[in-house]
Amino acid sequence: MKKKLQVEAIAHGTVIDHVPAGQGIKILKFFQLSAAQERITVGLNLPSGEQQQKDLIKVENTVFDENQANQLALFAPNATINVIEDFEVVRKFHVSTPEQVKGVFACPNSNCISHNEPIDSNFYVRHQQQDIKLKCHYCEKSFDRSLFSELD
Amino acid sequence: MNNPLYQKHIISIPDLSRQELELIVDTAQSIKQQPRPELLKNKVVASCFFEASTRTRLSFETAVQRLGGSVIGFADGGNTSLGKKGETLVDSVKVISSYSDAFFMRHPQEGAARLASEFSSVPVVNGGDGSNQHPTQTLLDLFTIYETQGSLEGLKVAFVGDLKYGRTVHSLTQALSLFGCEFYFIAPKALAMPDYIIEELNEREITYSLHDSIEEVVNELDILYMTRVQKERFDETEYQHMKSSFILRANMLEQVKDNLKILHPLPRVDEITTDVDTTPYAYYFEQAENGVYARQALLALIMTNEFGAQ
Ligand SMILES: [Zn+2]
Repeated sequence: MKKKLQVEAIAHGTVIDHVPAGQGIKILKFFQLSAAQERITVGLNLPSGEQQQKDLIKVENTVFDENQANQLALFAPNATINVIEDFEVVRKFHVSTPEQVKGVFACPNSNCISHNEPIDSNFYVRHQQQDIKLKCHYCEKSFDRSLFSELD
Repeated sequence: MNNPLYQKHIISIPDLSRQELELIVDTAQSIKQQPRPELLKNKVVASCFFEASTRTRLSFETAVQRLGGSVIGFADGGNTSLGKKGETLVDSVKVISSYSDAFFMRHPQEGAARLASEFSSVPVVNGGDGSNQHPTQTLLDLFTIYETQGSLEGLKVAFVGDLKYGRTVHSLTQALSLFGCEFYFIAPKALAMPDYIIEELNEREITYSLHDSIEEVVNELDILYMTRVQKERFDETEYQHMKSSFILRANMLEQVKDNLKILHPLPRVDEITTDVDTTPYAYYFEQAENGVYARQALLALIMTNEFGAQ
């Protein structure tokens, strides 16, 4: 039986699939996808076999490099990236957490020097038991994912 | 061949390897035994205190002068045109490093020294960045421990007092854990060692234990490292209770090991009673003096190739 597509197919671009329901909006914000000129189709709370519900994002005429894609893993550790050419998936990969995240989040430590200077923030990603911690390159403090306001 | 620290920045203790720590300690001992008044002749070292810290500054500046170098700089950045004109640290660093052969800095914000090292053309030594790191304090502590015990290997070391906010305690623990030392943490619950240090020790399978009083462990120790507990963090009854467990008095030292040495980063308030000063175990004033040798060693290593090179 052929499943009916919930979101319209795209000719060229990237499909981000298996995003946990509720994270799709954060990802849009994170990549500032909506600021780009390309057409974006977003599916929220779609039915999913593996997960109860999932979000899905299609961005036309845009291909993420591996590094960009991996930053997704901070929100959606099980996301899959599908690169589409001529309506075909030509490449499919799972994201994996990056070792470093530069210039994306502001440091939660308000006394960190990175806030006042003309530099990019810089965090090292560390796995600790089940969780992910981000350690600031400058102030050397470690933070829980949830402490980054950009993720809310 | 260069010594491994030549032209390097000294920002944070975890950046340094066991070999590098040993090289600094050996060099401090060598300079203490044989002063080198000409070593930094014709070199200019900038002393940049974006926040006042008189002891640390005097210790650094003495170290430069004892090696024959000259010092430029400022003692309180908030009062300089740098502070008043709102220049970025990045710009200040570019300029200062063009005038000097090395510089050390103290800054009220965490990460300032790391940032400076990325824009400086000469080696930067962190003299304290906010609540983050103060590596030269740790280096002088290491040198003092080595000097009193003849080794850094496998010592039993207790830390007493404010283990939560005491950054020197954190980095000294990190450094000593490279030498297989065993730790005893003695602190009121509210000032216990932070989780991230405990997690690091667990990861490295380092032996440590937590205690409620000095007396429980004092007879087993090689080093008893006392720190100041700020009265303001407690109410009066709590503070009185705490005093009985976390204050060191001479009568607690009757059965300790002969080689025990008591250290304290100073200034002390009342966590070590003055009757301890005359016991053979007190070593905190020598420790403060060693700050100059440790800083001399560091400057000698980062600015010249005289030590540890082959
Ligand atoms: Zn930071």
